[in-house]
Amino acid sequence: MASTWFGASVKRKEDPAFLQGKGRYIDDIHLPGMLHAAFVRSPYAHAKVGRIDKDAALTMPGVHAVLTFADLPEPVRRQTLPLLVPHPALRQPFMPHALVKDEACYVGEPVACVIADSRYLAEDAADRVEVEYQPLPAVNDCRDALGEGAPLAHAGAESNVAARFPLRVGDADRAFSGAAHVFREKIYQHRGGPFFIECRGAIAQYDAAADSYLLHVSSQGSHRLKRCMLEMFDLGDHQVRVVTPDVGGGFGPKGAFYPEYVNIAVASRLTGRPVKWIEDRRENFLTTHQERDQYWDMEIAVEGNAKIIGVRGQLIHETGAYVPWGIVLPWITATTVPGPYVIPNFKLDVVSVFTNKIQTTPVRGAGRPEAVVTMERLMDRVARELKLDRAEVRRRNFIQPGQMPYNVGIIFRDGRPVTYDSGDYPACQAAALAASDYAGFGSRQAEARKAGRHLGIGISNAVEATGLGPYEGATARIATSGKIAVYTGATPQGQSHKTTLAQIAADQLGVDYNDVTVVTADTATISLGMGTFAARTAVNAGSSVHLAAKEVAAKAKKIAAGMMECMEDDLELDGGYVRLKSAPDVRKSFAEIAVRSIGTPGFSMAGGLAPGLEHTSYFTPEQSVYSNGTHVAEVEVDIETGAVRILRFTVAHDCGRVINPLIVDGQVVGGVAHGVGNALFERMVYDENAQPLTTHFGEYLLPLATDVPHVDLVHLETPSPLNPLGVKGAGEGGTIASIAAILSAVENALEPFGVTVAEAPISPQRIVELLGEHALGRTR
Amino acid sequence: MADTRNITVTVNGEAHSREVETRLTLADFLRHELNLTGTHVGCEHGVCGACTVLVGGTSARACLMLAVQCEGQEVVTVESLAAGGKLNPLQQAFQDHHGLQCGFCTPGILMTLTEFLREYPDPSEAEVRTALTGNLCRCTGYQAIVAATLDAAKRMRGGA
Ligand code: FES
Ligand code: FES
Repeated sequence: MASTWFGASVKRKEDPAFLQGKGRYIDDIHLPGMLHAAFVRSPYAHAKVGRIDKDAALTMPGVHAVLTFADLPEPVRRQTLPLLVPHPALRQPFMPHALVKDEACYVGEPVACVIADSRYLAEDAADRVEVEYQPLPAVNDCRDALGEGAPLAHAGAESNVAARFPLRVGDADRAFSGAAHVFREKIYQHRGGPFFIECRGAIAQYDAAADSYLLHVSSQGSHRLKRCMLEMFDLGDHQVRVVTPDVGGGFGPKGAFYPEYVNIAVASRLTGRPVKWIEDRRENFLTTHQERDQYWDMEIAVEGNAKIIGVRGQLIHETGAYVPWGIVLPWITATTVPGPYVIPNFKLDVVSVFTNKIQTTPVRGAGRPEAVVTMERLMDRVARELKLDRAEVRRRNFIQPGQMPYNVGIIFRDGRPVTYDSGDYPACQAAALAASDYAGFGSRQAEARKAGRHLGIGISNAVEATGLGPYEGATARIATSGKIAVYTGATPQGQSHKTTLAQIAADQLGVDYNDVTVVTADTATISLGMGTFAARTAVNAGSSVHLAAKEVAAKAKKIAAGMMECMEDDLELDGGYVRLKSAPDVRKSFAEIAVRSIGTPGFSMAGGLAPGLEHTSYFTPEQSVYSNGTHVAEVEVDIETGAVRILRFTVAHDCGRVINPLIVDGQVVGGVAHGVGNALFERMVYDENAQPLTTHFGEYLLPLATDVPHVDLVHLETPSPLNPLGVKGAGEGGTIASIAAILSAVENALEPFGVTVAEAPISPQRIVELLGEHALGRTR
Repeated sequence: MADTRNITVTVNGEAHSREVETRLTLADFLRHELNLTGTHVGCEHGVCGACTVLVGGTSARACLMLAVQCEGQEVVTVESLAAGGKLNPLQQAFQDHHGLQCGFCTPGILMTLTEFLREYPDPSEAEVRTALTGNLCRCTGYQAIVAATLDAAKRMRGGA
């Protein structure tokens, strides 16, 4: 296959519109007669909801309707929102209704929905809806939730346990009993929310004549939301179309199905007008899914030479009020712990716990960053205790390239054993150490200390399951005009699918990538889709586009061969023509071939060909493919203020073959920035009644341009044997390993003071606290 | 009843007269009254910078201003940057360096930098980063934005 576009750093097709303010995000869509929704939300983390008086609101100017639970249609009242990934370990699969029925379980849970001529009027009226609340004891902390006599997050539940599940490899207890050294670490982790800059939003439009709904929604997967709508409203396939326009960031939580979408659909049917709801930032802090607290209690057993013989412990994971993704998040966390290391014996007991806070679901990295922090903290501990270099301890424990494919011995969330397909972990770490001048750090640190400055360096390694199935699809079609379109259910939020998928198709069809139009995330254009999350699109959609376009190319040759009376093998595709290799002027245009492909009225199709110059493929990977990376962070810690400055940041990573290096670099660097936030700043704080305290960007800090370092990148390329393109996912690796590297560096900088770091985020206040007397002695 | 005023605001060189509620923000006025949806709203409390426009030549948060405060003023938005549909040097540098991913923060960042590069035609990396602290980008990690800005400054100095 000639590869003109695959691998090239071509410019993005998305950019000209975005740069001129001509993107089309959800709030840019205006439909004639459109009304606007605002929600009345529970001010309590846990409360019985009694009488709702909507009379005053209904008399306000411009108000069209106020919905409460009792006003919802029967199928919607009967059901809770769908649980997308059920699992037998889930003991209590609590899910919310579209509006609170009688018990609110987190602050912000929608109680009523007000529809008015404008958002301003809808909010005015929402203030006038009177709701009787009877507060109930709330559960704020997932450890407390497990205690005897703890309040219940859901009245009448058997306990606050959502699920318990174990992971086992070998016999950890026996391994520990014979170990030379055993070290124990307790680690706390919190990642906050996705905080895409465009909040959520949707527009529902009910068409009475067709008895169907059109939902425009800022999402990560139109098809999954369609499925949810069909279930909630008990509808046929033809009655819901979901379209996702341009999306201003998703990072995981925009992939979920939220109650607001149901409400505006109900309201559109009721009023006969399109209804729009746009989340404001306060609502976003309260009601968009987050990735919050995990408490780890872990032990590592090693031989005298630092070789790992076992890892064991327990993880308490907070799921929040409901379980929309079942146990996906803690499961991914648990299965990511072993990483690139040989761990013959492994035992982890996981408990997922309800609290009265917004639910936790995957945010960029999806539970993996926590696993990497945990494992890498243990590795640093081993190095410290055995007085070995931290890189050396890792080196001694790496899975070697010759061991690939490597079966870790546990089952991943794709239902398959965690089997690493390929990768060279020692080489990856070596490349990162070289690029970051790890060897020279000792003297940099010593120099700085002479000047009273505290530098630290940290390393982390990660292996990431990417390209999760079951599939993504693509239809490649050449219209009778000769123009090429690719349709897919993949749903970009900044990942540049319209460029990268066009590159893949262009190679097969012998055209410029600008001549391929990629249409994403419209359920009317392709029947099945999963969406864009879990670093899966390059593998799944990319492979499908490749296969579909290849079929179309073959078909074009077959038809052209008939038209030109020659052999297919004598033909090639170039510039929108199928031509004779030996005489390029002898050719048929795509338009001519496409016209022939659709047949002529009254005549039989020639040669048994299926009609149309098009093909649909659904690539179904047999298992995940595993990307890997090493991050090295070099930081300076100000021991008086606790401020951390990242001086250098190096990433060596391997995501298989790269479709567009410019875009992959962007994904990795952006991912690191997210990790910087998670390591140093981002924390969603709740008071003891589970009332959120950080509800704007003045209190919840996102990393700024001055906080995020320049990232030096080193690319390694181990093609995956498991898909036709050899690609692996690239969207999350930047986040997954970066938090651990930064924590390690901070700890290293504070080594002279005996400070250890066992939590993320680690804020300046916390660093000062940990420094205790050392810092006070300087500041007083 | 809602309190309203008649205002005339010049946006991207064109005068617009409207009767508006006094509580209408400039961002909503641009987006929903004038259909200039390039100016984005990311937080409505003055932190993210997605809504940045120029008012009287100076950058301003369109979410924190009321439309009535712009009576008689000149407002410039992202829609004005590409004269005749041709990307200006800053926009072109953003595309060349992959300075945007989802593109939602981009209009505000372009307006911030439009003002910045006027004042600092030859900035250092540190100055660019400081100039960007009023804009949040969750996608890019800022690195490509910084590279694009430095390159744009160079192109503009070269008259390109
Ligand atoms: S929307 Fe104006 S600063 Fe965020
Ligand atoms: S490009 Fe997405 S927020 Fe900046």
